[in-house]
Amino acid sequence: MSRWFSVRSALVVARRELGSYFATPVAAVFIVIFLALQGVLTFNLGNFFDRNQADLAPFFSFIPWVFLLLVPAITMRLWAEERRQGTIELLLTLPLRQSEAVLGKFLAAWAFCAVALALTFPFWITVNFLGRPDNGVILCGYAGAVLVAGAFLSVGAAMSAATKNQVIAFVLSLAVCFIFAVASYPLVTDFIARSSPELASFARRISVTDRFLGFTRGELEVRDLVYFASFIGFWLLLNSVIVDHRKAD
Amino acid sequence: MPALIEPALIEIAALTKRFGAFTAVDNVSFNVARGEVLGFLGPNGAGKSTTMKMLAGFVTPTAGSARICGHDVQSDPVAARRQLGYLPEGAPTYPEMTVLGFLQFCGRLRGLRGATLDERVGHAVAMTTLNGVRLQPVETLSKGFKRRVGLAQALLHDPAVLVLDEPTDGLDPNQKHEVRLLIRRMAAEKAIIISTHILEEVEAVCTRAIVIANGRLVADATPAELARRHPSGKLDDVFRAMTMPNKKGAA
Repeated sequence: MSRWFSVRSALVVARRELGSYFATPVAAVFIVIFLALQGVLTFNLGNFFDRNQADLAPFFSFIPWVFLLLVPAITMRLWAEERRQGTIELLLTLPLRQSEAVLGKFLAAWAFCAVALALTFPFWITVNFLGRPDNGVILCGYAGAVLVAGAFLSVGAAMSAATKNQVIAFVLSLAVCFIFAVASYPLVTDFIARSSPELASFARRISVTDRFLGFTRGELEVRDLVYFASFIGFWLLLNSVIVDHRKAD
Repeated sequence: MPALIEPALIEIAALTKRFGAFTAVDNVSFNVARGEVLGFLGPNGAGKSTTMKMLAGFVTPTAGSARICGHDVQSDPVAARRQLGYLPEGAPTYPEMTVLGFLQFCGRLRGLRGATLDERVGHAVAMTTLNGVRLQPVETLSKGFKRRVGLAQALLHDPAVLVLDEPTDGLDPNQKHEVRLLIRRMAAEKAIIISTHILEEVEAVCTRAIVIANGRLVADATPAELARRHPSGKLDDVFRAMTMPNKKGAA
């Protein structure tokens, strides 16, 4: 066991958390809704067939919005539920560092989102059956989608730690994630640019959707990876601080 | 007995907790040595649970310190908690987990694995007579069973220090008797704190009793000594005299 951080403890927490998704209807409901929503959006709104192009661009264009709606539903219970059940007192008095609990819970939620994403493989099979897509670009898009999920999850987890009420946790994380989703949209940047052009370019740079676009075009850039890593790191750190500060409230 | 000088396993020094203007725990100090079973008494809201939460490192004290086996619970929390078995107020458990799954989870976080984990879980289940419900989800169990699951979790790693917040609450008379026997059996090699509202329990299992009222420590004596402080010789009367607003006979 390491002196400062035990990966094993984090994984024990992650395993329990992941198990609880599947022990309750949460997992089934989430996966079914996610797949149905992605299907409807891609095939109907996205003109998947009429475009006559062998790629998953319509599929990926909706991913951030579907995650925006569904990720807060996963994270809202992460800490709020522990608080409501009183199990937070049990968890945080076991020989476990707060950082291990925070990371464990986040990893469980992330792994769960990755499973949901992996279950969209029929889209990939379809496009390969109909044409000859660039599978490298598709893989890159999936990597980006996993990172978007991670970014939203880290926000949601921190919001869940801030309140005992799951509805508040849901609304707060939806609101914060929404800001990071639309920050690069012309409507937002133009509005900000009117008062401060520097702030507008900053807004463009912190936008999750803008970074994700690169991935869907097959552009895997180090600075985007650094962006997602620091984004997730920041919110997990905040999560740790909030848990430490408010655990006994 | 040979005069083996061992530092107390639980050391609480000038522990204080304020919530805004309200002082929940006011400058409480006491030690508990190996072999002692300390009964922690006081009316609801007197600060019993808050003191125990601070000892477990869950609530951060406003002032003062708590040490478990020499490890400060604030500056060295993981080392302190390794030596601690803690049953929080209300015995919280994860409702969707089975008894076995829950105990294995706690055991793994305590660094147990493989055959040792199975052996320790089996032992804890046997001690708390949970064998019949091992594979049931905790949420399907009655209050008494849930309390015993919490107790099993606290005993799992055979800790040197046990802090049990109302361990017999919600148990039927037979189960209460079982738990008291269990505590007495373990008493020799551990330092144990139990909080309780049942004064006969103090006489049955505790070697020492502490009374806390309005956050202050008002008595620290053996149950027999305590009982002698009232003409009737009953712990009930002593408790009432010490904790009622116009307290007379407080030490």
